[in-house]
Amino acid sequence: MSCTRRVFLGAAGLSALALAGKTALNGLARAAETPRPGTPGVRWGMVIDTAACLKDQGCTDCIAACHAVHNVPAFPDRAHEIKWIWKEPFDRAFPEQASPYMTRGMVERPVLVLCNHCDNPPCVRVCPTQATWKRADGIVMMDWHRCIGCRYCVAACPYGSRSFNWLDPRPRIAQIRPDFPTRSRGVVEKCTFCEERLSQGLLPACVEACREKALVFGNLNDPAAPVRELLRTRYTIRRKPELGTHPEVHYLV
Amino acid sequence: MRDRGLIVVGLALFLGLITFPAWYNLAAGTTSRAPELKRPANEKNCVAPVEYMRTRHMELLTAWRDQVVREGKREFTAFDGRTHQMSLSKTCMRCHESKADFCDKCHNYSGVTPYCWDCHIDPALLRGGKA
Repeated sequence: MSCTRRVFLGAAGLSALALAGKTALNGLARAAETPRPGTPGVRWGMVIDTAACLKDQGCTDCIAACHAVHNVPAFPDRAHEIKWIWKEPFDRAFPEQASPYMTRGMVERPVLVLCNHCDNPPCVRVCPTQATWKRADGIVMMDWHRCIGCRYCVAACPYGSRSFNWLDPRPRIAQIRPDFPTRSRGVVEKCTFCEERLSQGLLPACVEACREKALVFGNLNDPAAPVRELLRTRYTIRRKPELGTHPEVHYLV
Repeated sequence: MRDRGLIVVGLALFLGLITFPAWYNLAAGTTSRAPELKRPANEKNCVAPVEYMRTRHMELLTAWRDQVVREGKREFTAFDGRTHQMSLSKTCMRCHESKADFCDKCHNYSGVTPYCWDCHIDPALLRGGKA
């Protein structure tokens, strides 16, 4: 059989196409298979009972517990402040809910806020180094080793859940806990839903610290979980749902 | 060939100068002595054979870091079958109690400054009671 130029070119073209197609398919298959960390079948979430929380005005047990176990520094200057869980006035936490006819007490009522561990986290989308990413169990995790301090995530987060270490945090930590790292200057930090405690079967520090049991934590994928029970039976709102971030911290109002 | 003397003297001078740091250190007795590490008193085996730890502990620590933070795996099975928690502060520093007497010795000797302790806590820091 003679191989004409036409036949040869045709075969070469087809082979190249087949190779390119295979590479593309392999790439797609790998993307689909990449195992993601976290427990499969679990989607961690939280419900905050704002009424129960307010029973004890001025209580900061959850904030103190969280900031103590995670070596969060206390900077009095708001410009350098580091926050994992904190209080925000109602109209700042839920700007779309506030109305001009609300009483001042209502508008200024402190609401407990933290990272919402969004289903569609904008911080993850903008992170250039994948220092922050969403685990399979929904926790929006931080890898402080990888953070380059660009602060894109700080700009992207609509909830102000991320703080940047402008200064060395160590001198501002009242009591350093050896079992959790501190952060260094030039790194962004935020709530991790106590990922390190969950791995030991413990509840997040804030949930454990709350005397009023106003914070309820659990697996949103489990229909029998207390969080789901609350979401089913009570009216809950989320912070800035119109942004499409799908926050997984729900508020009973 | 008339410059032979000059060239030889020049070469000798050049060699002398370029090897000066080595001579200097030999005379001062600093390079000939390897750093002396304080070994843990009540522990014979590390998480990997000594030779491996000596040359490649940084790779092991990087692997631990990635597995803990990225994959959420925390258990490490050592070469002798024991399991350890993958943690610099909780596992490594439990035996190697002092960063100054162990880590720093070789790191200073070889002129490297790893930034592990920018965040991870040197137990001596807590014993001193101050950050």
